[in-house]
Amino acid sequence: MSERLTVASDQDVVRVRQLVRTFAVDVKLSLVDQTKLVTAASELARNTLVYGGGGSVEVEQVSNGRRTGIKIVFADDGPGIVDLDLALTDGYTTGGGLGLGLSGARRLVDEFEINTTVGQGTSITIVKWCR
Amino acid sequence: MDRVPILKIGDILLVSIQVDMEDQVALGLQEDLAERIVSTGCHGVVIDISGLDIVDSFVGRTLATIASISRVLDAETVVVGMRPAVAITLVELGLSLPGIRTALNVELGMSLLAEMRGDDEDFEPDHDQDEGEKAAVSTL
Repeated sequence: MSERLTVASDQDVVRVRQLVRTFAVDVKLSLVDQTKLVTAASELARNTLVYGGGGSVEVEQVSNGRRTGIKIVFADDGPGIVDLDLALTDGYTTGGGLGLGLSGARRLVDEFEINTTVGQGTSITIVKWCR
Repeated sequence: MDRVPILKIGDILLVSIQVDMEDQVALGLQEDLAERIVSTGCHGVVIDISGLDIVDSFVGRTLATIASISRVLDAETVVVGMRPAVAITLVELGLSLPGIRTALNVELGMSLLAEMRGDDEDFEPDHDQDEGEKAAVSTL
């Protein structure tokens, strides 16, 4: 089961939050874990919009045999991230924000993976497992 | 664009955020509140976020900015009604909302503002001292 949304406006970021919430409730994540996952998705969807110039978000229910969880992939064809270590540092920002989006989102989920190529785009995958 | 309603109750402006806000709506609220503080001369702002199931860094930053703008305009801001899961997530995200006063609900937020205002009035030179003390005690 998976669903895909285009992220091209503020409104789409709200839609991403709502979609992720629906998936999180379906797999019975605890309320705190739902809140963490939706918050992380909100940060990353906004990054896709603001830094990636828009892109897509795919939400999927996954299982590793023992546990179920939610996997979300945020993809854009934007400029990519030049210095990944710096981008993942708390407080570092190029966009006038607080610099907590990427680093903060990573703390809120169980798995976090970034693939980025300068000039071609960025893809971020996160997973949150049911406890 | 949607707007968040701002209610005036006595000397306080009350904002209750009931919907999942787009970023532009949050920025609109910031501007509307600044306007209303100046046009009403209110000295306190209570922002009720009990309707929000998440507060991300953007909303958190907007709340902090609203508190700073209000202070410059001689009004104090209290954020009330934060859900426990939201508080846990905010802190883990790295946002502890420094500079923002909080209270558990609207009622406690309003009495906190009254208390703060009462304390201030004690320092006004031409204010009757006894009256000021009575006012401060009655809000406890």
